[in-house]
Amino acid sequence: MRFVDEFRAADVIGKATEEIRRLADPQRHYRFMEVCGGHTHAIYRFGLKDLLPPNIELVHGPGCPVCVLPMGRIDDGLSMAEDPNVIFTAFGDMMRVPGAHGSPLEHKARGMDVRIVYSPADALKLAQKNPGKHVMFFAIGFETTAPSTALTLMRAKKEGVANFSIFCNHVTIIPAIRAILDSPDMRIDAFIGPGHVSTVIGCRPYAWIAANEGKPIVVSGFEPVDVLQSIVMLLAQLGNAEAKVENQYKRVVPWEGNRAALKAIGEVFELRPYFEWRGMGFISQSALRIRDSYGQWDAEQRFHVPGVRITDPKSAQCGEVLKGVLKPAQCKLFGKECTPERPVGALMVSSEGSCAAYYNYEHRKAAAFTTIGAKA
Amino acid sequence: MATALPKIRFRDPQIEMAHGAGGKASRRLVEGLFAPLLFGPSIEPLADAAHLDINGTRLAITADSFVVKPLRFPGGSIGELAVNGTVNDLAVSGARAQALVVTYVLEAGLPTEILEAEVRAMAAAALRAGVVIAGGDTKVVENGKADRMYITTAGIGPPIPGISLSPASVRPGDQVLLSGPIGDHGITILLARGDLELEAELCSDTRSVLPLVEALARVAAPGIRWMRDPTRGGVATSLNELARDCGLGVLLSENAIPIRDMVRGACELLGLDPLHIANEGQFLAVVAPEYADAALQALRATPGGQEAVLIGSIEEQPAATVLGANGYGGTRVIDMLVGDPLPRIC
Repeated sequence: MRFVDEFRAADVIGKATEEIRRLADPQRHYRFMEVCGGHTHAIYRFGLKDLLPPNIELVHGPGCPVCVLPMGRIDDGLSMAEDPNVIFTAFGDMMRVPGAHGSPLEHKARGMDVRIVYSPADALKLAQKNPGKHVMFFAIGFETTAPSTALTLMRAKKEGVANFSIFCNHVTIIPAIRAILDSPDMRIDAFIGPGHVSTVIGCRPYAWIAANEGKPIVVSGFEPVDVLQSIVMLLAQLGNAEAKVENQYKRVVPWEGNRAALKAIGEVFELRPYFEWRGMGFISQSALRIRDSYGQWDAEQRFHVPGVRITDPKSAQCGEVLKGVLKPAQCKLFGKECTPERPVGALMVSSEGSCAAYYNYEHRKAAAFTTIGAKA
Repeated sequence: MATALPKIRFRDPQIEMAHGAGGKASRRLVEGLFAPLLFGPSIEPLADAAHLDINGTRLAITADSFVVKPLRFPGGSIGELAVNGTVNDLAVSGARAQALVVTYVLEAGLPTEILEAEVRAMAAAALRAGVVIAGGDTKVVENGKADRMYITTAGIGPPIPGISLSPASVRPGDQVLLSGPIGDHGITILLARGDLELEAELCSDTRSVLPLVEALARVAAPGIRWMRDPTRGGVATSLNELARDCGLGVLLSENAIPIRDMVRGACELLGLDPLHIANEGQFLAVVAPEYADAALQALRATPGGQEAVLIGSIEEQPAATVLGANGYGGTRVIDMLVGDPLPRIC
């Protein structure tokens, strides 16, 4: 299959891993954070850790939109849909995320009208097909998904769809990276930069990471070759004592980003003064809210939002895992009380959550068995 | 004297869609609630059909229900699925379906035309599979209560001579055979629902696998240890059940697993794993290594079996785990499906 197979080709992967071994200084321990949950998933899904020398440690970052959402927001969203006239819509990833009284799927099993949609535009269509109902879309995601929410709202306004609203939980990536760099318990040598987010925001917004913090960052694609090549580029920068922003994912990410998408975001959203992130607390100017000019479609303005704040179960260490301080398996609940089937924390739900990725693809691998790949 | 009540281990407070999706939750429901209450204390590993000894005659029996939406989809329909699914459950338990009985649960308001088309589809599928439909029952429920129609079947048939299947007989070194490309059915249904606005020229793989199983049995009967049709939950779930039941590891060579580009493409787009996608016309077999080549040749020489492949082997370690090797030196654990496959965001 084109655009996939060439990025999973064994010979290219072999060359990239050789290059990594050549560039990595055996006397040094490297900590690279992959910001995006999509990378975390790819690293486990493709068994990439097996290919890296042991002194390259990959630290999982906060770029999983489902994971960073505090539990209270899920309850807020579900509380609006207690009204039998409301159809609750969300992406598939959201469906198993536990709120204080169960996940959207569990609410559905109890009779709430909960539906999976593949884009906010589908939710809008659902509203147009069901004029007697109110359709609420639970919007999540970084700048990757914000443009499609924005365009949907613009269409709702243009077409005058009154029975539709968005519960906006869009967050922005840069403040989260800043929070991680500001965190005293964090030591990161370089970043594997988010790929999908960068298709929208481009590479410029990362300039401060290199210039002010002195950390290399390489915007990366999601295939095995992409991730390995990005590691090669980071090692090369560190070897030359450089720190710059590089773009490995040129086939998709334009340096300047996507202006049309950014314009749509600007038209519909403004920055919230602050927003709560799971495990990281309140981060200022880190999330989007719907502008007053679109207030009619803002679920938070239309419905009573209880503003639920729930602290995560004390025993769960989602915050530490989310910031990369702990590895998934170091959490006390990992694989015991908390599994993908019965998740306690959101990191165990989304396929991009580091706990789910680790649980699904990694944790039962016996140490003695990790080299067997060469055999098959 | 009252006998002690069996211990129920199913603790989920309510039934969720996941309990019907064929993955971990389904297994928990069956093993934790149905089996202890219905099957008594001596539970054998659960298979697709039960083999009974009735006054010295051995017979296999199975039951299945079909609740597919939409009723018709490229490559098949609910009626055809009902016949093939039942024949296949018997086939992979090592039995040849002889007769089926059918229950229709119909919604008031269902156009006769649609019912007739499904009955015709069943008759044609039964003819192709060489089974008799020997009886049935009809129930009608209120409009909107049964997705237009549900079909329930039961099938019965004698064992195929020479085959004795059990996860306990599986040994390290055994080979894992797959009859053909995976994921066609599940992706076809997903696309036929029309929610995705994706189009692909793809057909369900629904068919009877009995001819393939019989071809396999002719050359390798003593060497066949285990078979399963990877329906809901896909190949990953079936092999995880095997790994758990036999306590051994299953090592898959991921590059060897045939997956059509359409299916791969749809799975890449939606963030699904083809190994979790349902099939309705394929089966997995574990065969002793000395029979593996003959088994593969026999399948490939049978119409519909040309794409059969060896996809992996049984290993001592890691115990009770399925591992995928990706051909460039990396491995991953392949787990059962959890819940329904949910498309991801981005």
